[in-house]
Amino acid sequence: MELVNIGIRAIFTENILLAYFLGMCSFLALSKKMPTSFGLGVAVIFVLSITAPVNWIIHEYVLREGALAWLDPRFKEVDLSFLVFISFIAVIAALVQVVEMAIEKFSSRLYNALGIYLPLITVNCAILGVSLFMVERRLTLAETAVFGFSSGIGWFMAIVSMAAIRWKLRYSNVPSGMRGLGITMLVTGLMAMAFMIFSGISLGH
Amino acid sequence: MAVDKKIFLSPINENNPITTQVLGICSALAVTSQLKPSIVMGLAVIAVMVFSNLITSLMREYIPQKVRIIVEMTVVASLVILVDQILKAYAYQMSKQLSVFVGLIITNCIVLGRIEAFSMGNRPVPSLVDGLGNGLGYALILFIVGFFRELLGFGKILGYQVLPESLYAAGYENNGLMVLAPGAFIILSLIIWLQRTISGYRED
Repeated sequence: MELVNIGIRAIFTENILLAYFLGMCSFLALSKKMPTSFGLGVAVIFVLSITAPVNWIIHEYVLREGALAWLDPRFKEVDLSFLVFISFIAVIAALVQVVEMAIEKFSSRLYNALGIYLPLITVNCAILGVSLFMVERRLTLAETAVFGFSSGIGWFMAIVSMAAIRWKLRYSNVPSGMRGLGITMLVTGLMAMAFMIFSGISLGH
Repeated sequence: MAVDKKIFLSPINENNPITTQVLGICSALAVTSQLKPSIVMGLAVIAVMVFSNLITSLMREYIPQKVRIIVEMTVVASLVILVDQILKAYAYQMSKQLSVFVGLIITNCIVLGRIEAFSMGNRPVPSLVDGLGNGLGYALILFIVGFFRELLGFGKILGYQVLPESLYAAGYENNGLMVLAPGAFIILSLIIWLQRTISGYRED
């Protein structure tokens, strides 16, 4: 039940993009066309579901204070948590590269669809953000996996709906200084407001 | 010198990283619900940008083209770790308040964007100036957003009450929406509108 709650919170009430502003750059730049947004959204779900648990394992068994005790009791005092940023970003960059190569080898169709978006994902704040949130909130491995996956779904939903709205916006007469970024930002604000109606939803206790 | 001045001034107004280049919005908005964290965040970003631009510019001839993103990321991440440790040591409360968003400076598109676009192809001094200019342009927007969100959301500036009691007695209420996410988006979109109307920058 707790897992379902985490999932629902990550998708609706605490949407990674609309409540924490993570992944805004690619959201603003690539939400002009529906197929692009769809591809990027799927790639984000994919990468988030892999990187969050992997980073959890690294944090739990290498970086956390006293984490190296399994290696040798003498290492119980070692605290490598200041290395969190650099190791997480390295893991993300490496994993994205591995995923890209794997997709290229096994499915050229998927590679053609996702390939160009994968390198962009390394610098997507949502990916690093989820890993850092998981450390701050002290989630367990199962919770982290659910949190990563559903944050991806939440981001996917936001960018796909934005692409749909921007498609419709082409037919409206926006003031010239507001065109492009300005109106997209305003619409994102309205979307964030709409998503706030979900706040307070939780299942069972 | 004239060139340096242009490099420095252009990102503050007409080529602003947020309103014109559309970079680095990710970690900017979450910390701006009050002015004080916005200032700290702005300073942190300026520091990281200046030094990452300088360092990558010094190393630019030795970095192999193929692995340059990883090298750049490592430089930025090391600088962010430094900033984070300094904040934890000297301003612990503030670093708790900024939480994960200090770490997210690493993936702030504006830092990597300027490294890729400028310092990988320019000498150290102009790169440093470019980093400073872009950092300031970025911080400026953060200050403005933080100022209005704190004023409208709490009626305070830097924690001091500025709206008089008589205003509240007359029926004025703080706008709670400004503190939440939608307020940030709306304020920023209005700033973009204003800035683009003045500078004449147009999309499409």
